[in-house]
Parts: sequence; C-alpha cells; structure tokens
Amino acid sequence: MKLRIKFAKSGCMKLIGHLDIMRYFQKTIRRAGIDIAYSEGFSPHQIMSFAAPLGVGLESQGEYLDIQVHSASSSRQMAAELNRVMTEGIEVRSVRRLPEDGRNAMSIVAAADYFLRFENGCPPEFDAFMAQENISVLKKTKKNKILLDIRPLIYDFRREETGIFLKLAAGSVNNLKPELVMEAFFSWLGEAWDPFCCQICRLELYAWAGGGKPEGDAAPEQKPVSADSFISLEELGESIDDAE
Amino acid sequence: MRKLALSDRILMSVDKPARYIGNEWNSVMKEKSDVKIRFALCFPDVYEIGMSHLGIQILYNMYNQRPDIWCERVYSPWTDLDQIMRERNIPLFAVESQDPVKEFDFLGITIQYEMCYTNILQILDLSQIPLHACDRTEEDPIVIGGGPCTYNPEPLADFFDLFYIGEGEVANLALMDLYLEYKEQNAGRQEFLRRAAKLPGIYVPSLYRVSYHEDGTISAFTPLCGEAPEQVRKVIETELDDAYYPDNPVVPFIKVTQDRLVLEIQRGCIRGCRFCQAGMVYRPVRERSLSWLKEKASKMLKSTGHEEISLSSLSSSDFSQLEELIRFLIEEIGEKKINISLPSLRIDAFSLDVMRRIQDVKKSSLTFAPEAGTQRLRDVINKGLTQEDILTGAAAAFEGGWNKVKLYFMLGLPSETEEDMEGIAALSNEVARVYYDTVPKEKRNGRVQVTASSSFFIPKPFTPFQWASMLEAEEYLERARVVNHAMKEQLNRKSLNYQWHSPETTIIEGVLARGDRRVGAVIEAAYRNGCIYDAWTESFHYDKWMEAFAAVGLDYHFYTSRTRSLDEIFPWDFIDTGVTREFLKREWKRAQEGRVTPNCRAGCAGCGAKTFGGGVCYETEN
Repeated sequence: MKLRIKFAKSGCMKLIGHLDIMRYFQKTIRRAGIDIAYSEGFSPHQIMSFAAPLGVGLESQGEYLDIQVHSASSSRQMAAELNRVMTEGIEVRSVRRLPEDGRNAMSIVAAADYFLRFENGCPPEFDAFMAQENISVLKKTKKNKILLDIRPLIYDFRREETGIFLKLAAGSVNNLKPELVMEAFFSWLGEAWDPFCCQICRLELYAWAGGGKPEGDAAPEQKPVSADSFISLEELGESIDDAE
Repeated sequence: MRKLALSDRILMSVDKPARYIGNEWNSVMKEKSDVKIRFALCFPDVYEIGMSHLGIQILYNMYNQRPDIWCERVYSPWTDLDQIMRERNIPLFAVESQDPVKEFDFLGITIQYEMCYTNILQILDLSQIPLHACDRTEEDPIVIGGGPCTYNPEPLADFFDLFYIGEGEVANLALMDLYLEYKEQNAGRQEFLRRAAKLPGIYVPSLYRVSYHEDGTISAFTPLCGEAPEQVRKVIETELDDAYYPDNPVVPFIKVTQDRLVLEIQRGCIRGCRFCQAGMVYRPVRERSLSWLKEKASKMLKSTGHEEISLSSLSSSDFSQLEELIRFLIEEIGEKKINISLPSLRIDAFSLDVMRRIQDVKKSSLTFAPEAGTQRLRDVINKGLTQEDILTGAAAAFEGGWNKVKLYFMLGLPSETEEDMEGIAALSNEVARVYYDTVPKEKRNGRVQVTASSSFFIPKPFTPFQWASMLEAEEYLERARVVNHAMKEQLNRKSLNYQWHSPETTIIEGVLARGDRRVGAVIEAAYRNGCIYDAWTESFHYDKWMEAFAAVGLDYHFYTSRTRSLDEIFPWDFIDTGVTREFLKREWKRAQEGRVTPNCRAGCAGCGAKTFGGGVCYETEN
C-alpha cells in the first residue's frame, strides 16, 4: 500500500537541508512504528520518496513524501503517531492512501504555490514588473548560462499587503524557483536582491489535474493555465477512516 | 518558539547551520525559572565529532534526570562561524536555550584528546569567560574538565577551576549538591572550590603548588590547604549495570561521525598493551550483563529510530558473553532491519561468520592491529597478536571472499630497530602472499589490497612507557621512509599501500600528553597565534606552535626526547588510578627484557586495580 504524507516545515527546521530531512523521516517513521516496506540487500532502506526538494532557508506548508507500507491504521491515527515523534517545526498535516496505480509524487509535480513575506512591506512595483510580456533571466545550468523567459512559468501572482503570492512551474520539466523571480524583479528595479528581505514559504505542491500533462507536444506553459488546471498532491490520495 | 542566537543571515552563510540550532529529537528543553543549576556540557570540537561521543550522551541525560538541573550542549563553532563571532562579538551559546554560556553555573568540558587543547581556549574565549581560572569572578561559570586527558591535566591547570578524575556517573551529582549548598550560603567561589576538593575524584589545581629542580623536573607537588588531598584517586563504577545509562540519546539532524546507536558492553581491557593508556587507566575490566544490554538495545532503538547499532568497548572479542549478544542482535534486532556494526573484533572463524552475516563482504575490509613489524617488538609492547594469528585470520577471511585488509602499526616504539621497521613491509607482504596462496586464480576478485598505516608512538602518562623517550620529527619521517622503501622491495608491492601520520602533530601531542603546568603558557601562546582545530590536518600549524615555544622560552625536547629517570616525579603522579607505579615500573622493565605479561584472565599481574573491589579481578572468586 502506498501512503502520501503531507507535512509543514517551519522555524529553525528550515535550516535542515533536503537530504537530512529524508534521514529525519526515516528515523521518525521507525519511532512512530509505521509498518514501512524495505528494499532487499545488506543494507535495506525504507521505500520512500519525496515530492520536491525544498531549498535551505525556505519554510513550507505543503511538503510531501510517499512511502510503501505493509499495513496501515487510520489516517488520523498515523498522523497522530507521527506527530508524537516529530521535533518542533515539523508537523504532519495528513496521511492518505494512494490508489494502487498512483504515480510517485516526484514524477507528477507540476506547480507550487509560494508566499513571500516581506519584513518591510512588499515593493508596490511588482504589479508593473509582472505586466511585462517577457521576463528574461540568465539561468545557470550545469554547463553554461541560458537566457530564459520566466513569465510563462509564473502561472499566477497576487500582491498583498505583507508580501507576494506566486504560483510557479515546478517539477522535472520546468522548475522555477521563487528566488529567481525575485532576482529578476529587483534587477528590473535596479536594486540588489537581498535574499533575507523576505521569508519564502512554499504553500502547496500540485500535479496537473486529469492525471497528466496537457495533451500534445506543446510544452505545458503554452497551454492556457487556470486555477483548475491543477490538483494538490494531497487530493490525489484518500483518507483512511477510523472504522476501516 | 525559541529565538536563535544567530540571525538567518549568519546561519545561512556558514557551513551546516544545523550544528548550531539544537532542537534535535530527545534534546531536553526546560524552563529557566524551574531549575537551580544550568550546566553547559561541552565537547570542544565540531558538532559532528561531539555528537558522536557516548560520554556526553550519558552525562547530558544523567544531569537532566534531575528536575533542578538543566544541562545543555556546546560545541566548537567551525572556523567560519568562529570568525563571524569574533568580528561581531557574539558570545558562545548552548544549543538548547541558545543562551550565552557565560550565564551558566557550570561549563563542563570533556577533554578527549590533546590536540583539542587550543579549542578549549577558543570555547572559553568565545564564551567571554576569562581564560585563566584565577581571573574569574562570582559572575563566571565554574569551569570543570573531565575525560581521558585529565589523567594528566597539568598543561591545562591554569584554565580550569577543577577537574573530575574518573567515570562521570559516580560523583558529578554530588558535586552539584555541594554547589547548591554553597549557592544557598553565598559562600564564595573559592570556598566552593575548597569544599569540592574534598570530594572523591575532584582535583582543584589552584590548591596545589608545583616546585621544580634546576633541571626543570618537578621537586615537589604540594597541597596548599587541608581540603586538598595529596593524592586524588579516580572514581569508577564497580557495577556497570547500576551506572546511569540513557534510554533516549539525542538524535542529530545531520550526519555525524558515529551516526548510530552506541551500546557500551564493557569498560577497561584485559590485554595490558604497554603503550595503551586506556588499557591502563580504565582498569579493572567490568562487563555489563547480557540482560541489561538486550533491554537497553531495544529501548534505545525505539526511542531514537536509529537504523544502526554499534558495540563499544576497547576489545569486544574479550567480552565473555559476545556470542550470545551477537546472536541476539542478528536474530532479534536484525529482523527489524537494523544494521549492526562490530568494531574491534579479533579475526577468527566466529567473527568472520558474524561479519559475513551482517555486512557485504565485497565492500568491507578486515582490520588487524599488529602495531609492530616483528614478534620481538610485539613482545616488547605486550601485544599478544602473533604473525601466525594474523596470517591464519587473513587466510580464513580470503577464503570467505574478502580481499581488502587494513594493518595498523606504530613507528618509534621503544627499542625499535631497522629490522622492526622493515618487518612492517614484510608482514604486509606476507598477508598479500597468503591471498595468492589461498585463493585460486579463477576465484580472485582482482588483486588483494593491503593497506598498512603507521602512526608514531606517543608515550602517555600511566602506561609502562611513560618513561620512554620520543624522537625528533625528522627521525620519525626517516623511519617512515625506511618502511616505505621496504614496501617497494616486496614481491607483492603492487598489492601494498603504505600511509603514515604527520610527525609534527606527533611532537605537539607528545608535549601536551606529558607536559607540566608550564606548558599551559605555550598552549595559550599557540592559541593567540591563531591555532585552533589542531586535530584537523588542514588547520594544524606546526610553525605557530614552534613560535609559541620560542615566545614562552620552553624547549619542547624537555617533554619529548629527554631521558626520564625511574624516580622522577611526573606532573601526573598525584593521581591514583589504582594501577601502581610499581606495576608500571615492573612492566617497563619487562618490556626492556622483551617479556610478555599475561592478560588479566590468564593470570593476575598485580597491577593494583583490584583495590576497586570489582570487575575481572573477582571473576573467579565466585
């Protein structure tokens, strides 16, 4: 049986990197007594995969990992057992059963919501910045730098009093980090981007609604994207009731 | 939620910020207002090293069992953060509360190896506590040292208010009770130290005066008041099952050096190798019971979620219940997908069978520690291992599929000749030869890999070799060259690989190991010259140490290559480890005669540790 665990990461836990969070969950799953499945071999490891690594320094309300288990109690009970053995700053929000043919979270991530909370209010020029047709940035790849138009990868945005909401492309095909948007914005303002002027929080991770990428060869960003283009990773699983 | 001592900006700019934030599973949070004593427990090296240490885990939990004490942890900031803290005058803090160490009642520092001494000064300095105990006031924490290096605490005497000599579980809580009493009476720091000096195992260096002969050796070591005993006797637990041991050790977020659960099966060692300080000062051997070990293993695995468990002892093969313990671990713990790691096992049919069951033969290597290249020299150091033991063990291992062997040696041992040095190469070659003799061509998985490495021998206090002389750095290097050259002459040279340690580090460690109070000024000068993390090759600066000796006006040869007379008063002689000076002298003499001494189970050599009233000394009496 596959389970999907959703968790939040805040406070000093934002300084724990992705690999260490994986190790952390391996230990908490043991402590909680979850009946997880192991791989074969001399050093068996838990069958577990994370949806999308979160950069060090970022908080999140919507992180996901999928695990394979031999047996499960109810969603409510497993979440409680996990939360009993969590350190402050990590909170399990839900544990849900995935359909047997459900795909790994990692392979279906398509978008992510972020909120950027500004210490001294959000610069009002952000709307004007977003009104541009193209936003070209230099993106560093492993080998060289390429000029990339990130505007189509920003699926949605909203400026609020305390900060900026962004819905960005995520996953293995197109992945846009909120830091890159800010870098472009501040460079457009003619200012240097200070990564510590705002606290970034990932709010949610999504897959394309309807079970996969939009049909056809066209890259997803060329399709019109609307609010119902996506489904949260959590919604792809179902709750296991206490009675089951 | 806690406010961290360091800003995000600082934390995100340094390597591994998780070293400094605390919040680990099983770490202990209390309310400041609920406790009477705040204890900062420090391992003066980087977090990953300090978090791997069992003693800290024991003491941390032991103190925190008490509702009136909050014990927190402190580690050395890595060099990147060290620089930032100095620039911005940020005081060193404990990881739990993130409060400055200088606000604590106690700063307890474990002193595990000599090359961390400058890190101790770094800890004091960053904490904004005066380096010298004599400059501290009622506002400063009491600075207390413990651990193996307290068996010669003298080079650090100026920097500590008191030392705790022996096993931490025994009398630390009594010291805390004494402190509460003193605090209530407002008796003053000096009065507390005088009272503490009366407790077993406590050494207050400021209550003693050292006088020297003209030649620099010690003429007298004199207590300055009635409370200070002439001899400080180490304290030990006689029944290990009754000693405090935590059920719930702290679980780090980041990968640490020993990233596993540690189960201590016994203390002490029956072997009596003459170079080994641990083997002498931790006498007598005391074992934990099987039922205790089984229960602890299960409890700790549950409370931590660790996926690996390791046994800890100086020589696991000598643990009398080893087979039954390992059967339990493999059959009952291994079922739960827990990896088992077994260090320091003698290589024989039993251990090979065990290792085959718990690890991937292809990936793992076998380790032997012959320590010396010839049987003559192995007899001098009382290392029981024979060439036959090694070759038989290796043959069995090669048949079992292993093809990597590590051999550990020491160079510069007393009476060492060129033949002994070349013997290292010859023995390595023999091991390789056994592989080609044992494993037929079609079954070979490539070439055998024999890695020999040598450290340079450093005489340590309270060993039969405490009278031995060291060599010059160049001579050490020359001996390593002899071995290296001999390696290249061997028939199986292509299967051999030889490595050696830094001779410069050896010299400094040698000075610190057998140093007296005057060496403290050198440590301080080296620290002022910028030395910290001397245990780390990349940050060890021999030239800065040499400058420090010159500035202080001390000749390091006095501590290294000088010949010591049998009746010389050593700086550490005021400590009573139970093992008598007479026994050590006898062993030193037997070493020179090349005579071996049987291990504690084969026959009592009368070392003196029997006076503690427990352990191996009484095994046969029941």
